[in-house]
Amino acid sequence: MTASIHALKQTAERVGDDMIINMGPSHPATHGTVKFVLTLDGETIRDMDITIGYLHRGFEKMAEAGTWQQVLPYTDRLNYVSPLINNVGYVGAVEKLWGIEITPRCKYIRTLACEISRITDHLTSLGAGALELGGFAPFLFGVQAREVLYPIVEELTGARLTTSYTRIGGLRHDLPEGFGELVESGLCKVEDLCTKVDQLLTRNRIFYDRMIGTGVLSQKDAISSGCTGIMLRCTGVDWDLRKHQPYLAYDELDFDVIVGQAGDNYDRYLCRMEEVRQSIKMIRQLLKQMPGGPVNVKDWNVVLPPKHDVYNSIEGMIAHFKLVTDGHQVPAGEAYYPIEGGNGEVGFYIVSQGNGRPYRIHVRPPCFYAMGILKKLCVNHMLADIIPTFDTLNMIGGEVDR
Amino acid sequence: MHASLIEILRAEKPSAILGSHGLGDESTLIVTRDHLLDVMQWLRDDPRARMEVLIDVTAVDYSEYPAHLRQAVSPIDEDSGNSAAELPRYEVVYHLLSMSRGHRLRIKVLVTEQDPHVPSLCDLWISANYGERETFDMYGLQFDGHPELKRVLLYEEFEGHPLRKDYPQRGYQPLMPMPELVNYEGNDTAH
Repeated sequence: MTASIHALKQTAERVGDDMIINMGPSHPATHGTVKFVLTLDGETIRDMDITIGYLHRGFEKMAEAGTWQQVLPYTDRLNYVSPLINNVGYVGAVEKLWGIEITPRCKYIRTLACEISRITDHLTSLGAGALELGGFAPFLFGVQAREVLYPIVEELTGARLTTSYTRIGGLRHDLPEGFGELVESGLCKVEDLCTKVDQLLTRNRIFYDRMIGTGVLSQKDAISSGCTGIMLRCTGVDWDLRKHQPYLAYDELDFDVIVGQAGDNYDRYLCRMEEVRQSIKMIRQLLKQMPGGPVNVKDWNVVLPPKHDVYNSIEGMIAHFKLVTDGHQVPAGEAYYPIEGGNGEVGFYIVSQGNGRPYRIHVRPPCFYAMGILKKLCVNHMLADIIPTFDTLNMIGGEVDR
Repeated sequence: MHASLIEILRAEKPSAILGSHGLGDESTLIVTRDHLLDVMQWLRDDPRARMEVLIDVTAVDYSEYPAHLRQAVSPIDEDSGNSAAELPRYEVVYHLLSMSRGHRLRIKVLVTEQDPHVPSLCDLWISANYGERETFDMYGLQFDGHPELKRVLLYEEFEGHPLRKDYPQRGYQPLMPMPELVNYEGNDTAH
């Protein structure tokens, strides 16, 4: 920190033959607020000081102040490009601790929501990554595809980004009418746009040269540094929570785990691209196999009673009142619930003191641990390689800094 | 699988284990601070455990936790000489994952307020570096042997450790000092 403050005063300073420069916190070619203080020898990075935390809002502290349900809107803001995955992860942790078995339809809708979110997450990463390497058109196509999906998310949850869709024991509401057709028409557009991005980037000479062989992560380092998701799979490790520790409805779906080989930026790009296609495949299956029945568990200690019962029966009104004022009476204990987020394992570790307020909520953000290995990927490589490496790592400030 | 792993550990390192419970992937093991490195190395390297990944490091401040419920989160053995109602204030919580075996385990270390020191796991896993830095940042626990134990999410001038229970929900931090003003007339500082 002392070095970085010193460097802030003099934006470029020579130390011996090395030059110290600042990059960030708001660098035009990084998506994510992070500061690097680089020691350069010519264009080669000799040392790198990474400062994160610019988006720290005290999520874990705020979560201790409200009821279990009041934490949910904060989780939207963790990974803000795939908020539904965080929603599902958080309520999943509470349900695991409480021992609640959700309905089959709820499982399917949650899985569907996760997969739609995963596509928006990957598209953002792909598009913004291309933009920062100078490709403006792929960015527009990527964002256009995302804009096809956001209205679908809005139709489902009522909001584009701040979804807060899940509830402990169920969902805010069932699928809207005609949702299947809406998703299907959207998926066709997304597929077309992805093909365009693919055609523009994958075998593009400039893009290829910038991506291949840069930011190489070894399998050993990936495992040791706690990398999960694409950062881990790009090195050739076949590990996906959806496949190997299935949760929700993933064990009933047919999909492939996309595994890379070289562990470089190009592999990470290819993995993301292919995962979008796998997610589209999964969404089609989910819509086809969607079971009927209720979405919420039938227990008024867990889920708010229907409005008809609240206004017309004393039990319903009291249940509503108790749930809103006292909160969910989650039994004392602790639980860790990991799910596969856009960037890797998102884990919620919760501790309950046996009443309506959480005692401790901790999030395990995938990018936080990936940031721990970034220095190793960049040092002794060229300055320009930071951009693609940091892009494919896809750090999301809201999630890393909490 | 998990229950057997805990049994093996109890047989191999009886003095290291203070308590445990085996509930599927929520299995928890309380380890003494002196044996932490030893147990972690065993869990990482032994073919029966193969915990390759340190998924997460965090801590919990139990100072406001109801004492009679503590057994639910800290399954301490009755014959270990500790009573669940009088356990230390902090617990450092490690989550381990074995990808080759497909199991998970939670390791806990009890840390007192008077002596907030824990050995660092940076030599075993790279991920311990950031995880321990965050725990230090939020709780002020010292990880001995950590190569650069400094704040990671907060700034260096931040006072206190916000996830401690005695840090208020609405905490205020001192503002940065003003730089000294210079009088351009060439005299002393301005009024």
